Amino acid sequence: MHEFPITQQIIKIAEKHATELGASQVKSIKLVVGDYSGFVGDSIQMYFDVISEGTLCEGAAIKIQRVKPKMKCTGCGELFEREFLSFNCPKCGADGEPTEIGKEFYIELIEIIQ
Amino acid sequence: MHDVLKVNLMANIHDENDHIAAHTNEDLTDKNIYVINVMGAPGAGKTTTLKNIIKSLKYLKPYVIEGDIESDIDTRDLRGLGIDTFQINTFGACHLDAPMVHNVVQNINFNEKGVLFIENIGNLVCPAEFSIGEHCKMLISTVTEGSDKPYKYPLAFEKADIIILNKTDLIPYLNFDEEFFMKGIRALNKDVPVFKVSGVTGEGFPLVAEWIEKKASDEKGVNCYHHHE
Repeated sequence: MHEFPITQQIIKIAEKHATELGASQVKSIKLVVGDYSGFVGDSIQMYFDVISEGTLCEGAAIKIQRVKPKMKCTGCGELFEREFLSFNCPKCGADGEPTEIGKEFYIELIEIIQ
Repeated sequence: MHDVLKVNLMANIHDENDHIAAHTNEDLTDKNIYVINVMGAPGAGKTTTLKNIIKSLKYLKPYVIEGDIESDIDTRDLRGLGIDTFQINTFGACHLDAPMVHNVVQNINFNEKGVLFIENIGNLVCPAEFSIGEHCKMLISTVTEGSDKPYKYPLAFEKADIIILNKTDLIPYLNFDEEFFMKGIRALNKDVPVFKVSGVTGEGFPLVAEWIEKKASDEKGVNCYHHHE
């Protein structure tokens, strides 16, 4: 359910740019999706196949690059992937703080046929 | 022969939502309305918390938007107390988004300066990801949910501007590890205020109301970015 309006948005953005560039078809869409963005790749693909029918994006391949969230250690500065139920740095044991790594949710590029 | 062309977009998929949220925020700031996005799991006591906070407000008129998947039970309850309350039903969607809130806000007559509480869908995941035009995100957590919640739902705790710990009257009957809970919050959100309350005894709410009225009076201008292409 959650991915439905988001997938509509992805198609809208891709179509807008493809139309501006005079494309006849969108071949592929590459998304960058952090694990903390809360979006599931398989669901996006499923909705995409349905919603893109009849648009320039019909038949396009969705390529998703997932990004694992990382924290930054407040002690030694190490970027690390947290362990379950802990925010502590595996290197020095100090607390980690949140970073933007793992919250990505954007269209990196599209491939179009002109 | 067709050319295949790679086009770099770097386009944020939330842009449209964020843009509408910025509009809502501007409109309501102009009308002297401070907007709070109220988040918490189902059963955390979101509506009860609102009722208690509203009782303790001294200067600001309360307005409420109730977000629910179905039903208007909470809306009728709040209207019964004389609070201007409006309903959004999402019919399955797991969070409110900026267009839904924008549509409802257009039809509300904000006749006095005040605070608009927007009670999001009961869920600790998705509501944290979507801006709806708020000045402040309030997270309601409870001692019955357990002390591991910051570790299991870090985004909600990271994004909160105020955290309410509800049902504290039950602490004697539970194994709630407050130190572990607070350690998780402090790692994610160093300075966020945490208020301990009980919806049953009413304890703690006057301080929350005071914090809100102070924040609302400090709010000058618009804190969301906003641009037109």
